[in-house]
Amino acid sequence: MTTTTTGPLALPSGTDTGRPNPLGAFARPTAATGWRSWVSTVDHKRIGIMYGASALIFFVIGGIEALLIRLQLAQPDGVLLSADAYNQVYTMHGTTMVFLVVMPIGAAFMNYLIPLQIGARDVAFPRLNALSFWIFLGGGILLNSSWLLGGGADGGWFNYAPNNGVIYSPSRGIDFWNMGLIIAGIASLAGAINLIVTCLNMRAPGMKLFRMPVFTWMGLVTQFLLLFAIPVLTAAQFLLLFDRLFGARFFDVDAGADPLLWEHLFWIFGHPEVYIMVLPAFGVISEIIPVFSRKPLFGYPFMVFSGIAIGFMGWGVWAHHMFASGVGPLSVAAFSISTMFIAVPTGVKIFNWLATMWGGRLKFEAPLLYSVGLVTMFTIGGLSGVTHAVAASDTQQTDTYYIVAHFHYVLFGGALFGFVGGWYFWWPKVFGYKLGDKVGKVNFWILLVGFNLTFGPMHILGLQGMPRRTYTYRDGYGFNLWNFVSTIGAFTIATSFLIFFANILTSRRKAKASNLAMAADPWDARSLEWTIQSPTPAHNFDTSPTVHRLDDFWHRKYQENAEGKVVRIARSEDLVQPGDPTGVHLPSPSYWPLVIAVGLPFVGWGLIFNLWLCLVGGLLIVAGIYGWILEPADAPAAESGHHPDTGPGQPASDQAEAADGDRHDRDEGTESEEAALVD
Amino acid sequence: MTDTTTNERLAAAEALEQRAGKEAAERSAVAGAYADDPAHDHHITNTGISNPKLAMWVFLGSECLLFGGLISTFLLYKNNNLAGGPTPHDVYDIELTSISSFVLLMSSLTMVLAVSAIQRGEQARMRLWLVSTALLGGTFIGGQAYEFQVFVKEGLGFTTNSAGSAFFALTGFHGVHVTIGIVMLLSTVILSAVGRIPRARAEAVEIVGLYWHFVDIVWVLIFTVVYLIP
Repeated sequence: MTTTTTGPLALPSGTDTGRPNPLGAFARPTAATGWRSWVSTVDHKRIGIMYGASALIFFVIGGIEALLIRLQLAQPDGVLLSADAYNQVYTMHGTTMVFLVVMPIGAAFMNYLIPLQIGARDVAFPRLNALSFWIFLGGGILLNSSWLLGGGADGGWFNYAPNNGVIYSPSRGIDFWNMGLIIAGIASLAGAINLIVTCLNMRAPGMKLFRMPVFTWMGLVTQFLLLFAIPVLTAAQFLLLFDRLFGARFFDVDAGADPLLWEHLFWIFGHPEVYIMVLPAFGVISEIIPVFSRKPLFGYPFMVFSGIAIGFMGWGVWAHHMFASGVGPLSVAAFSISTMFIAVPTGVKIFNWLATMWGGRLKFEAPLLYSVGLVTMFTIGGLSGVTHAVAASDTQQTDTYYIVAHFHYVLFGGALFGFVGGWYFWWPKVFGYKLGDKVGKVNFWILLVGFNLTFGPMHILGLQGMPRRTYTYRDGYGFNLWNFVSTIGAFTIATSFLIFFANILTSRRKAKASNLAMAADPWDARSLEWTIQSPTPAHNFDTSPTVHRLDDFWHRKYQENAEGKVVRIARSEDLVQPGDPTGVHLPSPSYWPLVIAVGLPFVGWGLIFNLWLCLVGGLLIVAGIYGWILEPADAPAAESGHHPDTGPGQPASDQAEAADGDRHDRDEGTESEEAALVD
Repeated sequence: MTDTTTNERLAAAEALEQRAGKEAAERSAVAGAYADDPAHDHHITNTGISNPKLAMWVFLGSECLLFGGLISTFLLYKNNNLAGGPTPHDVYDIELTSISSFVLLMSSLTMVLAVSAIQRGEQARMRLWLVSTALLGGTFIGGQAYEFQVFVKEGLGFTTNSAGSAFFALTGFHGVHVTIGIVMLLSTVILSAVGRIPRARAEAVEIVGLYWHFVDIVWVLIFTVVYLIP
């Protein structure tokens, strides 16, 4: 029995099929520059950059919402916002910052760096990666479109039942919140599948799991958390959607429904979500601190295992968000203890960072400053977190500004400080120029002062009993001073970010004027992404690197001499790859991810306004999926023979992309790398 | 007498060997069409599992939590008819659901046969088994639609009470999963008919199969938890 091999995909890669558009599907786009190349890109680096850029735009939106909150609360009896508008603003501030800022910035780092750090050509499913980004963007736009279409969600970022029901929140805001986050959840899920498969399957020769940089490890743990946490939120949001749009009785207390169901489902997602936000930043500073301490990371296995332990234990602490909801003394005791326990692996990390710096030759450049900022600020947040673990004390702190102070120290002090440090650190690799270090330091100190001015006083306000989520307070409660200080702090933070944006512009202009090429390894760093040119060439590695140990690049630069002193044995410039794309096969770009992603928000708007819009969206999605499956694997005219990245027969599963060409050059790669090692 | 038996056996063994040799040659010829050279092997991964298959496994891991959330919700609400109306237990027709459950389980068998057929390169037989799988799945969906319609007539609708909402949400989500599975199966049949699933791509069918078996296993759980346990 012979099998048919007549389908266009059955041909070896790069061969002209003579039928550029089989089955009437579009040819794959070929543009390498201009906006078309960006909307059709499947390059993990460009997708990472787009994640970062859109996150920054959402950051500006969320930041403006934060400033509105602080302006309203600057003085007693504030009149800037009505109670209703205030509810919308703080809800959207929280939702935007969590889902559209911190998570995508993490995704930006992970998308860009994980393939580079494991020595891969791209992620496992390049088109799926593009789909993740566009869906995320669509979800974010849908969520924020609520401002123009009748007002934002007003139930807090957690939208507790029964306040999230139609009776208590009759506007459309929570529907937008539901749809936007379900759609963004699809993006996170697809991204998680993609990066998990990438980490597990596409490591370069010799890159064993326990040779992966800690950032990649934390990324992997984060993706597993996303994989398992997102569907719980999605399930809860579907139930809420059914309640609000179709009259189901999941959270309808009149019908005897249990509002605690929402709280449980939300926090089973919500607590892992905390680690989803902060672990990538932990990974970032675990890369920065060794480089600027001129020492290997202290206790690599402990760093990895504490990250994994956080990933596991993060699932057993959710009810500490619910101590005041009457879950019963046994649950409270159990979750109190588990919450105290989870401080242990976090503490391990803090001490490992300190031990890495201890005795190191510290170079206090901007990235290290931000990293130290993370360690200190996160420690403060962690300590106030342990006070919540004591249920008796937590009962008093619940719903006060003490909580607000805590989670901003953890998420702003933890995640965002690390990410800004990461920007200063990897900027030369991504864009080919360094951000000004002096401005970076000024930027850091202003941020640090502003941050502590904003959120430090909230501890006091909280302990004095100022409740969260109230749009104003009266004179004479002793809240005035600290609220005013906090508002000044918020504008200081805004100033520091304006300086950051200005720094980007001026550094870019300077780099253009000086016209000097960026060194491949400007920081004398340790991991694989520094062994290739800056900015990263489109094809990443000329040949797959072979890895012999942890921090391989560092060990190729430095070795112990006879007296046991560490000495430099090779210059970075001699070790880095020249950036020669000959013979490299890259996955072809595609429009279909964008088509599918455009369809999804229409389904969301359709469910809210008019079901006919759902039809439009649905058709776009179906067309996108089938176009995706049927599109030719290659641009037939592409000069370097592209590689078929599509299995022909995995319909409708979105899983249709097979490995890209990174295995292709493995054999040649091994030899040349060995030669480099002899040098 | 013994001689002839030995001879027969020898001949049979020889024929078997020849067939195996022919199949091996065929397999390498098919595989050859997909690789420019021996070094260009897409299936070398760190885990030894191909990327799409690993992705499907990872995705199914995520689905467990989705159904976990919905099943928990049902368990919380299954006797909650405070808003009036019957609970799902009052209206179950266990015989009907048992039959449609059996039909769905049998579809896993036909799915396995389809995968086995394409692994042996038997296109037509694979399509036959895929279509049977889709038909069995369709029968199950038909049974579910009928069941839903009867329940609504007997007074248990989606909005009647919390138990009803939870029941329809859980079984409905499962039904949607089966329906997506059927679409995947039929798409596979069509792709195979136009020659885009040669034997070397048998794994694509296997991956669709993974999804299908998962949906079946979830139904075993739902049938037990929702229908059988009082």
